[in-house]
Amino acid sequence: MANVLVFAEARGSELRKVALEAVTAARALADASGGGEVHALLAGPPGIGAQAEKLAAYGADKVIVVESPDFARFARESLAATVSDRAKAGGYRAVVLGFSSQGRDLGPRIAARLDAPIASDVTEIAVTGETLTVKHPGYANKVTMTLVITGSPVVLSVRPSAFTPRESAKAGTVEQGQASPASGATVTVKDVVEGAKGRPDLGEASIIVSGGRGLKAKENFKLIEDLADAFGNAAVGATRAVTDDGWRPHSDQIGQTGRQVSPQLYVAVGISGAIQHLAGMRTSKTIVAINKDKEAPIFKVADYGIVGDVLEVIPALTAAVKAAKQH
Amino acid sequence: MKIAVCIKRTPDSESRFKIAASGAAIDETGLKFDMDDFAGYAVEAALQLNEKAGGGETVVYALGPDSVQESLRKAMSMGADRAVHLKADAVPADGIAVARALAAELKAGGYDLVLFGKHAFDTSAGVIGTATAELLGVPCVTAASALSVANGKGEARRELEGAAELVEFPLPAVVTIDEGVARPRYPSLKGIMAAKKKPLESKPAQLGTIRITVQKMELPPERPAGRILGEGVAAVPELVKLLQTEAKVL
Repeated sequence: MANVLVFAEARGSELRKVALEAVTAARALADASGGGEVHALLAGPPGIGAQAEKLAAYGADKVIVVESPDFARFARESLAATVSDRAKAGGYRAVVLGFSSQGRDLGPRIAARLDAPIASDVTEIAVTGETLTVKHPGYANKVTMTLVITGSPVVLSVRPSAFTPRESAKAGTVEQGQASPASGATVTVKDVVEGAKGRPDLGEASIIVSGGRGLKAKENFKLIEDLADAFGNAAVGATRAVTDDGWRPHSDQIGQTGRQVSPQLYVAVGISGAIQHLAGMRTSKTIVAINKDKEAPIFKVADYGIVGDVLEVIPALTAAVKAAKQH
Repeated sequence: MKIAVCIKRTPDSESRFKIAASGAAIDETGLKFDMDDFAGYAVEAALQLNEKAGGGETVVYALGPDSVQESLRKAMSMGADRAVHLKADAVPADGIAVARALAAELKAGGYDLVLFGKHAFDTSAGVIGTATAELLGVPCVTAASALSVANGKGEARRELEGAAELVEFPLPAVVTIDEGVARPRYPSLKGIMAAKKKPLESKPAQLGTIRITVQKMELPPERPAGRILGEGVAAVPELVKLLQTEAKVL
């Protein structure tokens, strides 16, 4: 039996989807280690405690609520101290968090503070007796590595979308916790610049419509936006060529040096399929490609392809998707 | 300013990889290795910060087998002043062990700033820089896409999911560098000649216990060959039908 601690990520007073994924992964890990408990540490500004129920619904036996005005923004040093202090006191087998921008930052801090080994960007977790084995895609998703981790506790950050949140109602007893202060000099957040409103994040969207140079001009990205709107809650992505040219912000870039995504549906519009781009989206469940060059490498990974001028095909597809959604 | 940059040597990311006979490593035959892309941005960022400050020292560090010296020389040919090679048979998969070795070495260096790439292409784990900062007990900004330093204070920008964070931090500090900070310069012939004479110190890395090992490496399954449904607007109805009935995403 081994208990597992989860860092339940929030931004401001909103729980992130990756928090439920981390709870799901931790639940499976605790169950596989002989039925331990999952404790979720939910840190945020006053009022964050209202999110505790959701964590219980996905498998948290206990939710440790730590409310502090400092957590309205990403107080990295204090958060790392709060999680690692709890991990030390609770004698956990593992600390699980998401491999998100917060988790990427906090995971190594927590591991160093606990002097624990850390595996990042984990897609599978297995337990055999005292040994933990995880899978982690490396080399820009071109090689899958199986890592064996010894010692306890261990820190595991899980790849967003790799663990589908699964409901598993538990008591979710709420306990109030204390924030640990930062021990030295800290990073101060001066401002948070919000991106385009009204669309889900690339890492969280189940449908992504993405555009490349084949769109010919910045204005034509409107067609991508329209198609994303037709699908409903879809995100918009871009290739590196397009973000380098300033057609879209760098944060929209999907690829080896940008975001790595695995949505249910990825629609690649006017994208040739350079290795750089494929590395960021090849694990998508269904891939659709629309490109004028039938030899383009994107068609090798696409489940469904249409050869044609995207400026003609996309408006037609947008209309057809709208019509299909109305039925 | 006194700036340290910790770099890694990785294979060319555009390569087609094969698995070695051991089943736990990639086959390095025919692969081209170079300074990792993100490490290159970090070296460039350090050089630009010191150029702007009108002086200082840029020292590059790499942990690994003797082959990493080639990347250290490259960093010196770009303009770094000297290099330190922490010798190890291989770079372990345990990032905390590597961070421990680097922190032990950097501790007495008196650096204002220590830069890393945000992660390296091969392991894509992004552990070492942040863990090193934690072990050194200094503030750390991860994945900075813009960085400036003035009057003992740094400012950086970080891309978040659907937002960006603007931060400020006191020196000394560790910053891990994302793409966008600086495009690495090409070493000039003069730089390459000068690098041959710059000091490169080599000593054993103090790795300690290693708790993560690679058991297996494998190539992910290929995606099954796709179907081209047709040409132009005429193929749209078929696509929509398949998205509804086969992929079930509509």
